[in-house]
Amino acid sequence: MTQHIVLDRVSKRFPPAKRGGDPIVAVDDVSLSIEQGEVFGIIGYSGAGKSTLVRLINQLEPVTEGAIRVGDVEISGLRGKALREQQTRIGMIFQRFNLLHSRTVAGNVAYPLEVVGVPRAERRRRVEELLEFVGLAGRADAYPEQLSGGQQQRVGIARALAANPQVLLADEATSALDPETTAEVLDLLARVNRELGVTIVVITHEMEVITRIADRVAVMEAGRVVETGSTYDVFTRPTTDVAKRFVATVVRALPEGDELVALRAQHEGRLFTISFTDEGASEARVFGALARAGVDFNLVHGGVDDIQGRVYGLLTIAVRGDAAAIDAALAQIGPGVTVEEQR
Amino acid sequence: MNELVQILPDLLEQTGIMLWIVAASLLFGGIGGLVVGTGLFVTRTGGVLQQPVVWWVLNVLVNTFRPIPFIIFLAAMQPLGRLVVGKGIGTEYAIFAIALAATFGIARIVEQNLVSIPSGVIEAARSTGASPWRIIRTVIIPEALGPLVLGFTFAIIAIVDMSAVAGLVGGQGLGNYAITYGYRQFDPVVTWSALVVIVIVVQLIQALGNLLARRILRR
Ligand SMILES: Nc1ncnc2c1ncn2[C@@H]1O[C@H](COP(=O)(O)OP(=O)(O)OP(=O)(O)O)[C@@H](O)[C@H]1O
Ligand SMILES: [Mg+2]
Repeated sequence: MTQHIVLDRVSKRFPPAKRGGDPIVAVDDVSLSIEQGEVFGIIGYSGAGKSTLVRLINQLEPVTEGAIRVGDVEISGLRGKALREQQTRIGMIFQRFNLLHSRTVAGNVAYPLEVVGVPRAERRRRVEELLEFVGLAGRADAYPEQLSGGQQQRVGIARALAANPQVLLADEATSALDPETTAEVLDLLARVNRELGVTIVVITHEMEVITRIADRVAVMEAGRVVETGSTYDVFTRPTTDVAKRFVATVVRALPEGDELVALRAQHEGRLFTISFTDEGASEARVFGALARAGVDFNLVHGGVDDIQGRVYGLLTIAVRGDAAAIDAALAQIGPGVTVEEQR
Repeated sequence: MNELVQILPDLLEQTGIMLWIVAASLLFGGIGGLVVGTGLFVTRTGGVLQQPVVWWVLNVLVNTFRPIPFIIFLAAMQPLGRLVVGKGIGTEYAIFAIALAATFGIARIVEQNLVSIPSGVIEAARSTGASPWRIIRTVIIPEALGPLVLGFTFAIIAIVDMSAVAGLVGGQGLGNYAITYGYRQFDPVVTWSALVVIVIVVQLIQALGNLLARRILRR
């Protein structure tokens, strides 16, 4: 794997809102390395600096400090024509699609081709091919407002891919879409990555999006990257509070507080939480051991998730029976599964 | 009725002259206003051609000249008119003064319409590597075209108004005609005929502008 996008101690400060105030630090000393051909996710709450960070990658904003390299080119050092030429190699899609309403679907997709000077006939051929790819063949002459949000984002994707970029930046590309349409657009992005080999950087505040398509993820908070790793690792073993909170939005995490009290009231016996990753073991082993020991149990909370095709389970069970028998059964479970009693 | 028939040839001739003055000053003032207004929009902070000094100069110019009542502007620009069109009275001077005043007025109208373009659309164009000049031509102007047409329609009507005032410095046209023959010679038929013609002209311009804008906006 080769590094495709490298950020080296990058900071971005905006002038203070009031004269004499402190500058706004939108991105604070961020170093990242994004591999060729991967889908890299950046997640964070509103104001964390995600959009600013992604706009630094294609230099819609100049960096205040640090350097950014895309491919062999240090893009953060470029200005004017040289910069614009590099920008033609980086596609971008947006939350609000940002299509030109003065142009048809075909006109929008053709735009980057005009910028790079592709002749008309070639342009027409390429537009047709792109619309086919994103599943909008036949809508070439429609205007943006005649399309649904999902279709508009497909046009956005076709436009971003028109000039054959090696990188695609997606800033909250699905945040304005309903869950079903989000899934379709994410599938399309995954196809762009797989079939065209485009390196994709997705920015989002939704953990769903990350678990669906990102190979690796960086968690941002207050301008800094506080945690980076493979999506599976960050998901199953988040270390920072922000990361834990994001993970909790997709997995029904451990029951806490009122929820735990309610569970205790509803179920007799002791509560245990079983967690397991895809490293061989599963909940079956726990259930088997308990059954063999003749103890009665039922599932009261949690579930099993699919992250990038890998499993992650976090289940809470209520167990009734002889305390010693329960402890003995659980003691033989072995590695790969952790069982913790909720006290 | 008889008198109406009598004044008809003059009325038509003066209407023609008025339309000519309006068209000529619209051409120059329209281009001027489009350039200055677009200039204001693209040179401001965050614009595609951010140039604080240029923006400041344009802004001061527009702010200074736009609020001057046209009747005073008309008198004050005479020296400049002699320099540019060779005279400080007459139809040519009227066209010069109206075009200049319209430039400042239209500049603000243009700027206001451009500000309403969602910034994301311009950002999307920038992300494709488009040059500032290309963005002005292919994004900024086309995206605001509908409102711009309505803005220009508004401006043309203001120009019709100015063309009538320009009768004061001997600019020909319906204004001069109404003042000379209607007002000074106490002939209400002339005054009212001129008024009716102007109302019709304005209505036609507005209808045309609305139609065009609706076409562009596809609604
Ligand atoms: N052009 C700008 N001028 C001044 N401050 C800015 C500018 N752009 C962003 N900021 C500030 O930088 C910080 C980070 O903003 P940014 O838009 O990058 O956050 P984000 O993570 O994308 O948030 P969201 O999820 O709301 O889009 C915010 O405090 C924001 O106000
Ligand atoms: Mg953002």
